[in-house]
Amino acid sequence: MLGKLADLAQAATIDLPLPMSKPLDWEGLKAALPSALAEALDDPRIRVAINGALLPNKTKLQAGAGDEIALLPPVSGG
Amino acid sequence: MRDIRLLDQMFLPGMLIGPFTQANPGLGGVCTFVGEVRYDEGVEALELTHYEPLTLPGMHALADRAFERFTLMGLLMVHRVGQMRPGEPIVCVSAAALHRRDAIDAVDFCMDHLKSAAWFWKREKRGGEWHWIEPREQDHSDLARWQS
Repeated sequence: MLGKLADLAQAATIDLPLPMSKPLDWEGLKAALPSALAEALDDPRIRVAINGALLPNKTKLQAGAGDEIALLPPVSGG
Repeated sequence: MRDIRLLDQMFLPGMLIGPFTQANPGLGGVCTFVGEVRYDEGVEALELTHYEPLTLPGMHALADRAFERFTLMGLLMVHRVGQMRPGEPIVCVSAAALHRRDAIDAVDFCMDHLKSAAWFWKREKRGGEWHWIEPREQDHSDLARWQS
């Protein structure tokens, strides 16, 4: 989690235990996260990257074991 | 000469600009912008966080676009991350070109994109407490200048 999303999560990273049977989707991700963070994620300005690659559509997320999911709030610039 | 860097320690822009200028022999002009942490009322510190897989690659992609758009001999783009105090340099962009307009415009272009589209999250400490800085409308209008 970057920026203020890390505050909502009260952590910079969270390890999610995943069932190996199927990939993690968007609803599954939100269900696995603290509720204050999950509620914030539907903001259309929040982007998501998997293993450093931005997703064109975060709601189509499909993540597997070992993948790094980055939750990116709007940038505040340099 | 192309030099794109993220630094997590304080830097002295003069130490970068001299060698950069020397590394572009035959230039017609060099333009440099240095941004520093402002002495805003009550601000004790500023912290920039980044996301390693996106931030530096994004700066390289921005440099690629600057080289495509302007006729440049060299581009220096250095950005701080981590905690800074008012008065410390936060960003330095320098462009070398045969003609001044390319150098000046390339720096302006890079700064507008670094300020509003680069992967940095900024918070400031006031009265001992950290506050996230939200994007400003001005950042979007700055970017719109280059969308032609």
